Amino acid sequence: MSSFLGALRRMQAAAGTLTQASSARWILKGRRSRDMALVPAGSIAGRALVTVIAIMTFLASLTAGAALLISDTSRGWQDDIAREMTIQIRPTPGRDLDADSAKAAEIARKSAGVASVRPYTKEQAEELLQPWLGSGLDLSELPIPRLVVVDLDKDARLDIDVLRRNLSAVIPGVSVDDHRLWLERLAIMAKSVVALAILIFALVLAAMVLAVGFATQGTMSGNREIIEVLHFVGAEDSYISRQFQHHFFRLGLRGGALGGSLAILSFFVLGWIASRLQATPGGEQMEALFGSFALGLNIYVAIALIAAGIAVVTGFVSRVIVYKHLQRLN
Amino acid sequence: MVRFENVGLRYGMGAEILKDISFSIEPQSFQFLTGPSGAGKTTLLRLILLSLRPTRGAIALFDYDALTLSKTEISGLRRRIGVVFQDFRLLDHLTTYENVGLPLRVLGKDESSYRAEVRELLHWVGLGERMHVLPPVLSGGEKQRAAIARALIVRPELLLADEPTGNVDPSLARRLLRLFTELHKSGTSVVIATHDLALMDQFDGVRRLVLGDGRLHIYD
Repeated sequence: MSSFLGALRRMQAAAGTLTQASSARWILKGRRSRDMALVPAGSIAGRALVTVIAIMTFLASLTAGAALLISDTSRGWQDDIAREMTIQIRPTPGRDLDADSAKAAEIARKSAGVASVRPYTKEQAEELLQPWLGSGLDLSELPIPRLVVVDLDKDARLDIDVLRRNLSAVIPGVSVDDHRLWLERLAIMAKSVVALAILIFALVLAAMVLAVGFATQGTMSGNREIIEVLHFVGAEDSYISRQFQHHFFRLGLRGGALGGSLAILSFFVLGWIASRLQATPGGEQMEALFGSFALGLNIYVAIALIAAGIAVVTGFVSRVIVYKHLQRLN
Repeated sequence: MVRFENVGLRYGMGAEILKDISFSIEPQSFQFLTGPSGAGKTTLLRLILLSLRPTRGAIALFDYDALTLSKTEISGLRRRIGVVFQDFRLLDHLTTYENVGLPLRVLGKDESSYRAEVRELLHWVGLGERMHVLPPVLSGGEKQRAAIARALIVRPELLLADEPTGNVDPSLARRLLRLFTELHKSGTSVVIATHDLALMDQFDGVRRLVLGDGRLHIYD
């Protein structure tokens, strides 16, 4: 370098400074950047892409958040149901249902793996039918089965077959429901929700890749001269495509952060609305289905990962497209 | 340094715009490339830069067969060539300083390693006060000097200048040409494309490559 500067000084002495310094000062304050982006950051297409990415991130985050909320809630249901079973005693001519119910409770209580037993009275069993039949009806003539709810011990395992045999030996018309059917249905529902979320996420990702592809093509067309100049000063295709990758990664980060933040805000707003509706029947049903809309750490992490992942995908897709385009130019 | 043998170029199925071009550019040489507007001077410079492929003939650049080079090898050779475009080709979103430092940045050099060099060069071409200005507010002459500084910053072995005095007043044009002759004396081969005969007449004994009707005539 010193030899170059020396040569310059010698040439300066020989040729003289080319021109007098202009008196006008157009120095842009704060514009002493070290590594200004080679692909201009501010453009209408860039802002449009940030908006598209923000919308995609928002939709993907909402989908993932809803899937996680439902999955968490259904896991809670499954835990509750799995720790419970029901003994059902159907009315049999000549049998005293109250006595049979007490006998079943006694047998269950003595079984290993049972934490507690709650036999339902006739009135309690009739109350269970009220949501379907309405109140104020005389249900005494109906053959309503008697229920005994058995809470299972977390630490000990109950042998359901043994309990079933012991009950059948002394009580005719008895059956034991371990809620296996419910559990299976819940598991299917939770898996369906997760599968649907994955499908929606894949569609959102595909739409975003297409949008990034179009935006990259547009940006390349708009910056053809930059590509040409970079080629003339000796830049390799990988260097040029890396510049576009950085450009689109930054756009992706901005869009991802915006969309992710909006999604988190939406969950807060939905949670607030849910808390306001908590006392109403609709609110209870919503809480039963989606939980309390309380954002756990896993949802924050998921949204952050989605936003970062979308930024990475945006940068990667643009780099591949630019590189292939430059290769075709050869 | 550069050798053309029977090079021809046509676009698509059209007529040949350059025919049987044969010449060489020796190390530390100085030559004008001239001819009327539209004669193909810029096209010939682009062929030397390997941004166009000839339809026939052979081109050797720095003793490499240019037609068999990979894209990476072409990029490597271009780093040994400085180019001053007729329309400057400065990047409007970069300051004068950033434009001039661009070839070094592309080489992967850290900004701090070339800062003094770029500043010195900008002062030398009289743009020390315009270092942090964006090209759209530069005058034609200032843009020209910024483009020249960008071409010189890598200390090229070969300098190609396309109408470098086309946008400046005669006084500045003479000084720019003196700059190119000084560069030549420091060891750089210089090719200046111009159609300004009066300008060339100021330099006696300089080799002239004259393009006309698609053919090249050499006057040593």
